[in-house]
Amino acid sequence: MYSATEKALIVSIWEKVTPHTEEWGGEALERLFTVFPQTKIYFKHVDTSPGSAAIRSHGDKVMKAIGSTAGDLDNMLTTLSSLSNLHAYNLMVDPVNFKLLSHCILVVLANHLPSEFTPEAHLAFDKFLAGVASVLSHKYR
Amino acid sequence: MVHWTDAEREAINTFWAKIDHEEVGHQALTRVLVVYPWTQRYFSTFGNLSNATAIAGNPKVRAHGKRVLDALGDAITHLDNVNATYAKLSQLHSEKLHVDPENFRLLGETLIIVLAGHFGAAFTPAIQATWQKFLAVVIAALSKQYH
Repeated sequence: MYSATEKALIVSIWEKVTPHTEEWGGEALERLFTVFPQTKIYFKHVDTSPGSAAIRSHGDKVMKAIGSTAGDLDNMLTTLSSLSNLHAYNLMVDPVNFKLLSHCILVVLANHLPSEFTPEAHLAFDKFLAGVASVLSHKYR
Repeated sequence: MVHWTDAEREAINTFWAKIDHEEVGHQALTRVLVVYPWTQRYFSTFGNLSNATAIAGNPKVRAHGKRVLDALGDAITHLDNVNATYAKLSQLHSEKLHVDPENFRLLGETLIIVLAGHFGAAFTPAIQATWQKFLAVVIAALSKQYH
């Protein structure tokens, strides 16, 4: 599914994301809530105002979870197994939202890593995030 | 009719003035053809699209990218009537080019990513939201004459 080049691209880009998971994760969520306000319904219990500590912390969590798969892409189902259960049985987030968040993450990457986020890196990452989304909705039905 | 706030009109026009149609159009179309390779089905006359480098260096891709951005300019000049402005273009895409409207969405998303890369911190969440709203209006107008 991933060529050796794509795997290398994903790892190298993720190395640059790692020091910024809270800031960029928070930004991805802020973009999600601003561009697609309906996504806020999943966060009624949380302060979703721009820059909120809750959102930075959640963004950090999301980015770290995504990053946990970057070094072993062929075993995503195992790595994300408990998150897959969580999304299927507890959160039941409509899978369309994974695409919306993935888009916002790509926007953040393009925004902060303009020279590294080449068309080839964009392709690799689009596949990667789609893979994560697929695993998260794996047990939905 | 679409309601545009003054802030939205300003955001669209200010950024538009800074966009190099050829460069941004080229980058957007290149990325669509690389990231979603099935879209190459519409460009069989373009010659070599065999890999990312070939696509990026293809002069027909560059020319077409500029054409697409120039057409977006028409929509911006007629923000209050994009549907009428794009009626013929919509008909062309439906009846002659047979383009699945899903492709308009892919190009729209890709254009947002290219703009994010170009404008850096200036491409705030609010600006992104305005541009996504604009592109949604464009996509609706382009899809309108399909039947």
